[in-house]
Amino acid sequence: MTISEIPGVHTEQGLKTEDLVINIGPQHPSTHGVLRLVTTLNGEVVKDMEPIIGYLHRSKEKMAESRSYFQYQPTLDRVEYLSSFYDHFVFVTAIERIANLKVPKRVHYIRMITMELNRITSHLLWFGTFLLDLGATSPLFYAFREREEVFKLFEDLTGARMMYNYYRFGGVNADLPPGWIAHCRDFVRKMPAIIDEYESIVTQNPIILDRTVGIGKMDMETCLKYGVTGPSMRAAGVSQDLRKTNPYACYDEVEFDVPLGKHGDVYDRYLVRMAEMRESCRIIEQCLDKIPGGDTQNILNKQAEIEAARQAAKEKGEDPKAIPDIDFDWQTQGQKINLMTYKPPAGEAFVACESPRGMLGCYIISDGTPKAYRMKWRGASFSNLSVLPELMIGNLYPDLMAIFGSLDVILPEVDR
Amino acid sequence: MFQTPPDYPAWLPQFLNELTRLLGLKMNWNDFGPVLLILWTVVIFTLIATAAITSVTFLVLMERKVLAWMTQRKGPNRVGPWGTLQTFADAFKLLFKEDIMVDGQDKFLFTIAPAIFFLPAFVFFGLIPFTDQLLAVALPAGALFVFAISSISVVGIVLAGWASNNKYSLLGGMRSAAQAISYEIPLVMAVLAVVLFTGTMNIGQIVQAQQGGFWNWYGILLTPLSLVIFFVAALAEVNRIPFDLPEAESELVSGYNTEYSGMKFALFFLAEYASLFAMSAFTAAFFMGGYYSPFGPFVMSLISGQEPAQMTGLLQLALQIEMLFWFILKTYAFIFLAMWIRGTLPRLKPDQLMGFSWKFLIPLSLINIFAIAIEKYVMLPPANGKTVLQSLPILNAQTVMPWAGWLVAVSVVFWLFFVLMSRLLSEKLEARLARR
Repeated sequence: MTISEIPGVHTEQGLKTEDLVINIGPQHPSTHGVLRLVTTLNGEVVKDMEPIIGYLHRSKEKMAESRSYFQYQPTLDRVEYLSSFYDHFVFVTAIERIANLKVPKRVHYIRMITMELNRITSHLLWFGTFLLDLGATSPLFYAFREREEVFKLFEDLTGARMMYNYYRFGGVNADLPPGWIAHCRDFVRKMPAIIDEYESIVTQNPIILDRTVGIGKMDMETCLKYGVTGPSMRAAGVSQDLRKTNPYACYDEVEFDVPLGKHGDVYDRYLVRMAEMRESCRIIEQCLDKIPGGDTQNILNKQAEIEAARQAAKEKGEDPKAIPDIDFDWQTQGQKINLMTYKPPAGEAFVACESPRGMLGCYIISDGTPKAYRMKWRGASFSNLSVLPELMIGNLYPDLMAIFGSLDVILPEVDR
Repeated sequence: MFQTPPDYPAWLPQFLNELTRLLGLKMNWNDFGPVLLILWTVVIFTLIATAAITSVTFLVLMERKVLAWMTQRKGPNRVGPWGTLQTFADAFKLLFKEDIMVDGQDKFLFTIAPAIFFLPAFVFFGLIPFTDQLLAVALPAGALFVFAISSISVVGIVLAGWASNNKYSLLGGMRSAAQAISYEIPLVMAVLAVVLFTGTMNIGQIVQAQQGGFWNWYGILLTPLSLVIFFVAALAEVNRIPFDLPEAESELVSGYNTEYSGMKFALFFLAEYASLFAMSAFTAAFFMGGYYSPFGPFVMSLISGQEPAQMTGLLQLALQIEMLFWFILKTYAFIFLAMWIRGTLPRLKPDQLMGFSWKFLIPLSLINIFAIAIEKYVMLPPANGKTVLQSLPILNAQTVMPWAGWLVAVSVVFWLFFVLMSRLLSEKLEARLARR
């Protein structure tokens, strides 16, 4: 009996191999949350893959129907915990659009600054964990060093480090604290040099090149087919950025470029995100220059100033009412609204913004009660994740970590 | 040309003679050579192994400190002064961890796999020439024995991966087998260059051949390429980043040791660091002059004006300590380099790992051996006593000869090193990106 005749050992083509079905996740260190990937491996080559989600379901859309808008808002922080300013922004903007609230310009600028800072922290964490997936440990710690600085800024501003809950309908919770702009400017000025430092350890590293160049290629058709948005789409050369194409807040007043890739592979996604951090710094710097009202605009101080001026006018015998009230256009108008009982009029609105992961949308139908009639979220991670099997099949098992990492998926946003 | 490193020092039989005389016996211990050899080997090996295990716990701390320093953190600094007792605390904790056995494991193989993995790391310490006397075994084929033994750890990993009843572990074990087979070859071939020069595989004699200053070390001027190949292959052999594929904690969830807990896990951990220490020590011994000082004579010789062989008593002890100092310094330089690489580089993919070894390192080491053969022919006298250069009439002057040979050798090696390495290793970024 020759070896080829032994049943189950040999085939005509060669040694018989068996496929290995391996469940990657939900506790796998590279699945960043709770994702289960049922993967069929032939040796180390991925033959088939199916992402299974739902372990983290937060029922955010149903929750909105049983709570008042303001009660619902703090729970939003947990949807996309790496950039929760964006969730708040689309939620608050949708309400503002339904209620037709006028938002002061200063508030727009504060929102832009915080959102861009949040983009930097989100991309920094992505940078660290993506390279951790590739086996490099140092970048994670470098990234956390700078994240900490932004967190200090956020802590000064909102009192929280990760779960901010800072935006209000028509405004923000509180004005910028004194000295905040100077600290922010310091950070934004030194950040490009720090990104250079990151790039010096990563961008031309031969092993990084070997592991990322040409891996997980995604062209425009694939992006459109699966609804991939954000840096992953722009890496494929699609110039689609809601800040440019559909400007919200005051993005039409600042200058910035939309970084684009050419090949749509893992390496381009890395480059695009690094370039986006630089662009964010540019945007923040312009916002800090342009923000109306300057360093801080404390309402109570302003009120005291006006009272004093009126008192002085009264003593001189002039008409105190000639001195105008606080110009609320400069103020954080949100404080005028009684949040707990706030009822937007009946109506509906869909608001989308460019979150660090792509298009983040919120659709609200209001029936005039304090609770939403229906709410729907469009998370970028959900669509970005759905393309993973298409990119993976035929690649090697270690490429899975590189490709999945490069898509920057946040699982709470997938399961919502 | 070489002295054989002593099997046991001359003072040992004298010491034992004195001791037995005190006990009232008259024995001539010089007649009991084999007994003395075994006695000395056991004593020295126990001494070295104990020191080595302590040193390995220090290595764990050093790794954490070095990486913390590179990533601007503090590292352990609470347990003991400067955190020095941290690893002892960790080991203490690991002792009390539950020894988990998952259903469906092959219990016997699962239990002995860490021991098999640890075995070569332990055996290595008997072969490391710490000084010319602090050497447990002076094997005639020591260099060969090192590589023969180093493959055994693979059996441990494959068994651990197989017996764990875990698919990640299985993948890790399979990767390890492929990796070890691939990197054994460049590792051996890099040392072959040194063996060509010295004509011996005795590690102690290889070190002796490099005495007299750093310009005589093989890794500096004579075969720098071998040093690079050896160190890279050694990193792969001990599963360090960027070649830590069997473990690959972010892909394979720690691979072969996923299911291990408590002291079994600690054994794997310890063995990895012990192997790292041993491989760095062998790099220092083969290529960096071992225990010799970098500037010709030893400091002790400069102070006392005596040759190392003539020193006795406390002076000899001081000389031994100086040798140990140089050796440990060089070893730790390589260990630090490995840690530095860990702080810098990510992990390769299995196919790239294989490709790097078979398509790059092995051809390079073959070219290297060829160049070394030419270099030796030009530079060192063959059996008839004259090198090629010396037989040329125009250069037949004693003063010119070594320098001319040296120049030719250096140019050959440096041409190889710089031209080939720069062409092959660091391809242009644009070219690499254009492959997409």
